[in-house]
Amino acid sequence: MEFLADLFEWFSDPINWSGTEGIPARLWEHIQYSLIATFIGALIALPLALVLGHTGRGGLLAINLTNTGRAIPSLGIIILVYIAAGLNLLPVYAALVALAIPPIVTNTYVGIRSVDRGVRESAEGMGLTGFQVLKDVEIPVAMPLIMAGIRTSAVQVVATATLAAYIGFGGLGRFLIDGLATFDLAQMTGGAVLVAVLSLAVEVAFGALQNALVSEGVAPRKRTATIRAKLGSTTA
Amino acid sequence: MDWAWVGSHLDDIQHLLLQHITFTVSALFFGFIIAFPLALVAARYPRLYQPILGITGVLFTIPSIALFLLLLPFTGLSETTCILGLTIYTLLVLVRNTVEGLRGVPDDVKEAAEAMGYRPLALLMKVELPIALPVVIAGLRIAAVTTIGLVTITALITFGGLGAFFIDGFRRDFATPIIVGIVLSVALAVAADLSLVGVQRVLTPWARTRR
Repeated sequence: MEFLADLFEWFSDPINWSGTEGIPARLWEHIQYSLIATFIGALIALPLALVLGHTGRGGLLAINLTNTGRAIPSLGIIILVYIAAGLNLLPVYAALVALAIPPIVTNTYVGIRSVDRGVRESAEGMGLTGFQVLKDVEIPVAMPLIMAGIRTSAVQVVATATLAAYIGFGGLGRFLIDGLATFDLAQMTGGAVLVAVLSLAVEVAFGALQNALVSEGVAPRKRTATIRAKLGSTTA
Repeated sequence: MDWAWVGSHLDDIQHLLLQHITFTVSALFFGFIIAFPLALVAARYPRLYQPILGITGVLFTIPSIALFLLLLPFTGLSETTCILGLTIYTLLVLVRNTVEGLRGVPDDVKEAAEAMGYRPLALLMKVELPIALPVVIAGLRIAAVTTIGLVTITALITFGGLGAFFIDGFRRDFATPIIVGIVLSVALAVAADLSLVGVQRVLTPWARTRR
């Protein structure tokens, strides 16, 4: 197919691999947007969900947040904030952080709440304070779901950071948006392939991080899978 | 917020809302047609479950903007591209929830039904599916809400449903259509979610009496 040949040519052209508009530079911008947004999202979502989960308050909100969050159109948010705030990175981060928060809140909350009551009570019986129960018992036990939430957010953020290019910023989305604007099929699909590969890489990397962070005693794979199906976490 | 604009664009709003609904319903319909047999196969032959989840999972991970653009060389700037892309995104959730729902049917219930003379098809239709229904519908709810959000991305390939208002507002540096688009697509998602909860209540009357 001719278009595959064009695509191959695009990837093998050294011009596309150098300078501030080359693939490495765009990739790095993309990773920066994604890392910062996921980090800010986690910084907001984790403390909130840990407190809600530990105290058992606000459950309905925490559980439904992810599903409602999915309905918020990132393209709309990014353009709306752009019109309000002008040409700076605020619109990008507003849209990406809004996207990152719900899965982390929901997964963390459900993870903490589904810690076996007996486990929690025996920890309290042993004289642990509320904070110690959270830090030494609830968080380690809930770690698989907490990490699954962060992973879901990170993958979605990486996918959506592509939109930064729409309002004139960088990242891998530049290839998609510019390619689309000039009907340069090779550039457009090249960019699409790069974003897809980066998303998969993030998914795999977080899977490895999850394995490293989850205590060996707590790997109830089957239970996690069932909870995820109910939650509708996006990671397989 | 310019209410006069809203008043003079009711026709556009109606047209785009209808497009949004058409795309969503089509994607869910085709998604279910594809996912349901896959899920039955995966539930019956557990060795196939991980590969099926893996493939639909990889498809799900492809960023939506990238997927729509990757489809362009094959199906062009058409509604087919939009609906095909949206359908692909529904598969993971629909397959996974249907399989998990079927797996959640207790063994003793299945054995009791078999002992009562249910053949495999009758067992599936009259025992397993009704019990699995809440989890299947939970999957449909997620798929519906996700799809309604994703439809707006097709604005980048000239469609978009209510997402077309985002592009319109961006070009004219005008916030009203964007707000209208965001509010209506979120409202549509909430409406779809609530309707599916309603469907579930109607289809599982036994779950109501227990409460």
